[in-house]
Amino acid sequence: MPQNGAEPQLPQAMTRVDHLLISEIVAPNSRVIDIGCGDGALLQLLTETKNIDGRGVELSQDGVNQCVARGLSVIQGDADSDLIDYPDDAFDFAILSQTIQAVRRPKDVLAQLLRIGHYAIVSFPNFGHWRIRAQILFRGRMPVTANLPRAWHETANIHFCTIKDFVALCEELDAQIERSVALNATGQRFGFAIPLAMQNLIGEQAVFLLAQNDRSARLREGSPDPAKSVAGSGRSL
Amino acid sequence: MNKATTTDISGVAPAASLAASSPDGLVVKFAADDPLPLDGGGTLTPYEIAYQTYGTLNSAKSNVVLVFHALTGDQHAANIHPVTGKPGWWETMVGPGKPIDTNLLYVICANIIGGCMGSTGPCSIDPATSKPYGLKFPVITVADMVRAQIRLLDRLEIPDLFCAIGGSMGGMQVLELAASYGDRLFAAVPIASAARHSSQNIAFHEVGRQAVMADPHWHGGRYLEEDTNPRKGLAVARMAAHITYLSDEALHRKFGRNLQDRDRLAFGFDADFQVESYLRHQGYRFVDRFDANSYLYITRAMDYFDLSAEHGGILANAFKNTKTRFCVVSFTSDWLYPTRDSREIVHALNAVAANVSFVEIESDNGHDSFLLDEPEFFATVSGFVNAAARARGLEIVPQDAAFSGG
Repeated sequence: MPQNGAEPQLPQAMTRVDHLLISEIVAPNSRVIDIGCGDGALLQLLTETKNIDGRGVELSQDGVNQCVARGLSVIQGDADSDLIDYPDDAFDFAILSQTIQAVRRPKDVLAQLLRIGHYAIVSFPNFGHWRIRAQILFRGRMPVTANLPRAWHETANIHFCTIKDFVALCEELDAQIERSVALNATGQRFGFAIPLAMQNLIGEQAVFLLAQNDRSARLREGSPDPAKSVAGSGRSL
Repeated sequence: MNKATTTDISGVAPAASLAASSPDGLVVKFAADDPLPLDGGGTLTPYEIAYQTYGTLNSAKSNVVLVFHALTGDQHAANIHPVTGKPGWWETMVGPGKPIDTNLLYVICANIIGGCMGSTGPCSIDPATSKPYGLKFPVITVADMVRAQIRLLDRLEIPDLFCAIGGSMGGMQVLELAASYGDRLFAAVPIASAARHSSQNIAFHEVGRQAVMADPHWHGGRYLEEDTNPRKGLAVARMAAHITYLSDEALHRKFGRNLQDRDRLAFGFDADFQVESYLRHQGYRFVDRFDANSYLYITRAMDYFDLSAEHGGILANAFKNTKTRFCVVSFTSDWLYPTRDSREIVHALNAVAANVSFVEIESDNGHDSFLLDEPEFFATVSGFVNAAARARGLEIVPQDAAFSGG
């Protein structure tokens, strides 16, 4: 039941798994920017558990005001237009959590993310999940799921993609996929042990750790490799 | 408190006496061997800075907040104003348990140079002539004001600031301080401000100055020697300026087209409308506490303010390598310092990957919002200040709190 007319959100358990997974990837004491940071829950988690130097960008002024009142460094801004302001490599991690499907130019935003962060972390709902495929196939309607609760005409999500689509975009941008994790409906994770086609079928959400290809080698020499530092990397729980 | 104000009008102190001393306040004097260099060339010497403090300085001197006042404000941010008898202009923001919590923080608010509440300004006595400076006072800039306040901090042996905060021209000083003395500033809160004065703002200021100078009692700025005061000119300047501090919505909400003490139009030029009566009241109340020449000098300083021009035309250069954490605040209905001006500051800070928060507060109170009761604004400032205090390791120590009551 919707409460107080609040907009439907991702189920709490799903959000938390997504956030926990990202917090495993982010190295302690690093500089982090969270694009589309919402109410600042992820920034808060990373500040508390990883002592990050965190920034946020959020489109909704309400979200921004809540974040700043909580003591987080957040600005009102638009992923599509405002990332261009930041200098190259300004952050260790640039995070786009559950936001890429809502931006106007996902490719440009991803390119900016890779430019301003040593690493980019992108999480998104996987439109290739079997339940979504089944809804289109059998009902002939745009899917509405627990994870994507709004109808096509009221959703802010204008650029859905599948895990395969996202991998193709990374190739197009010459971005190195350092790690990818798919999560099922109950928040269980699948690592690289599962083939991509299977991740694309049974993963409800995906989390990708990316680096710009031409410097991923340099970065691996110079700074700690978060892909290696993550406990249980590539292992399903 | 309010009663005292209205009865004061007949017994108004002449402008000259305002500068004679800082009533009930603290003053630091800088003698002739300690001149203040000015952007326009030359120096100001000797000079005085009048200031107020609130709260208690901790032993590490790490809890100092510098509050900058706006064009017509002064050092009496959180105490009863000695001239008007009204509460301080920011008593909603500064005090025990307020967003700038004096149980934890030590607040300094100084009258700017060029002002008329105790710091040296055009109504002070020029030692060269033993007469009030008038237009012989040097033209000053926002950077000069900030330089003077740094001298004050040096004299008070305060090495660095936990926070600098201010609205409008106060915000300009915050930005100037962050750009020029960033290594002495932990956190900065420029509110309803801009990194440069817009053409429209210069235009409004020029209207105000011309109104003052058109008053025959101005006497080319020598009204104190003539023992008079360009009250009408200054009142008109204030009336025009006051409109710019409000918004169409706020004026409509407060006054609409309501008539003042009458039920029909008088077909004359009395104040038929409530809004006219209100503006006249604002204008005449203002001249009782403010010096006309100070108004000229301070508006000029604001017009000259252009932080990016000071840094090769690129605003981001002003904040290169800054370690200061910023919280930029604007208000939706502020058309004098609109949100786009604040956004320009934010863009520049992003370009150097500074630690910046930016909040636009929904309010229909116009530019003056920063002086009014705006709960979301207070939540923003206290959230930012508390987080910054935690980052600086400041916490309320019981014995400190015990001493701050006085």
